[in-house]
Amino acid sequence: MARVEQGASAEATVPIWAFVLFSGLLRVFSILVLLAAWEILAQSGVFTPFQLPALSRVLMRIWQDAVSGDLAINTGLTLYRALVSFVICAVGGIAIGIAMSRNKIAHWFFDPIVSIGFPMPKIAFVPVIILWLGVYDISKISIIVIDAIFPVIAATVIAIQGVERELIWSARNMGASNRELLTQIILPAALPQIMTGLQVALPLTLIVAVVAEMLMGGYGLGGAMMTASRFANSAGVFAGIVEIAVIGYCLVKAMSLVRRRLLIWHQEAHNPSTV
Amino acid sequence: MTRLTQSGKEIFRYTPLLLIALAWEMVSRLELVSTTALPPLSEVIVAWIDMIKSGELINNGIASLYRGAAGLALSIAIGATLGIVMAWWKTVNLLVAPLVEVFYPLPKSALIPVTVIWLGFGDGSKILLIFLGCMLPVTIGAFNGARSSEQVLVWSARSMGAHKLRMLWDVVVPSAMPELLNGIRTALALSFILLVSSELIVAQKGFGYLIGYLGANGNYDAMYAVVLSVAFLGFAADRAYLMIAKRVLAWRE
Repeated sequence: MARVEQGASAEATVPIWAFVLFSGLLRVFSILVLLAAWEILAQSGVFTPFQLPALSRVLMRIWQDAVSGDLAINTGLTLYRALVSFVICAVGGIAIGIAMSRNKIAHWFFDPIVSIGFPMPKIAFVPVIILWLGVYDISKISIIVIDAIFPVIAATVIAIQGVERELIWSARNMGASNRELLTQIILPAALPQIMTGLQVALPLTLIVAVVAEMLMGGYGLGGAMMTASRFANSAGVFAGIVEIAVIGYCLVKAMSLVRRRLLIWHQEAHNPSTV
Repeated sequence: MTRLTQSGKEIFRYTPLLLIALAWEMVSRLELVSTTALPPLSEVIVAWIDMIKSGELINNGIASLYRGAAGLALSIAIGATLGIVMAWWKTVNLLVAPLVEVFYPLPKSALIPVTVIWLGFGDGSKILLIFLGCMLPVTIGAFNGARSSEQVLVWSARSMGAHKLRMLWDVVVPSAMPELLNGIRTALALSFILLVSSELIVAQKGFGYLIGYLGANGNYDAMYAVVLSVAFLGFAADRAYLMIAKRVLAWRE
């Protein structure tokens, strides 16, 4: 009897941490397999070290960059450019979106620009931006903003359009001023979709930041990758990919944390999306 | 009469663009800015017509469109298959989902130098880049769509004796369609970004190459012409895609 009880309690306690461990292992399993396959394939000599440098060599290279301080400078600059642009896109995009949905003239002016500009590959304007502003931070940030602001504007306009009329009517009835209506009713109600727009814009800022750095040179992760590839240093190129991948992953995760935090009152908090 | 007011409305709608074009022409003609930085729009249009006549724009355009179409087609075929398989077989999902989660946020432009290392300066590296960069949005669209396919439909199909593959094709794929088509639209926009940026960075032909070449030679009115052509091509592709997607989804009323 006692033995049975012991067995039962052991079964009840073990699975909790074992389950966490198991599901955690399962989640990293494929990634570990991929990394191991990379190392083995590179060591086996099927590819030259130029085509596929071993993972260990790439990690060595990242370590060297970290020790020499290059990693901090390049990462810092890329992040700085991407995040400054992101803030400009967020503030500017939401402001333009609000203006468009509340002011007829603003709507008339921006609507065709957004509907044509949104699907355009604005990255083609990089040479024009270089011609105008040179190759420094200001031109990198400009091209990032041009590329990433459209999803924010479009999301804001659609979100505000979608706010339930009943909410606005009842707030009006209770005597809310235009300003209160905007800050306390419309913006909170529109927030989920605006957040979605921001979540589209954030990865775009990184994509364009890397391209702008590759094209304009100078410090930054994109510039460092271009330098490495000019010197046929493929460990440097792969190190760049790993670094940019880590940054991208962290930013996207941070963004969905912010979303969960900001929308904790919203019903979607009970039913979070999986991907 | 109604048609006339309709077109009047359209013109009114797009007046801001006309105003911008007019402002461009005037700012440049009055030399408020240097004409190298901003050649007048009319000269850009002349340069565009010249390049169409000489075949420069069309030859490079065909090279670019071939790369874009090949890369995008590969990413749609393989990405959609992967997404549906992930939604259909749990084991595949368990193994592949962590990889998708890690690679999805990777800024795909970081892959440009690697694809060059692997496949050189020609078509191959651009096609590979576009394929790798555009695959995951398609996969995620297909996965989300297929996963949310209504259980009732799956059950009733099963009870009517449809076997597994038949059900996949007749029930799961159609119900995944709306989200899959959304994913493909994202991929289409990404493909233009990746195409142009990889060609700007390293290429021997294509739109991006032409832009870089003309800019390096100080041939700015022609450079503007190519930049605008690419931009409008991207816009036209998106609109054409929306029309096709609407046709595909017509059965959903």
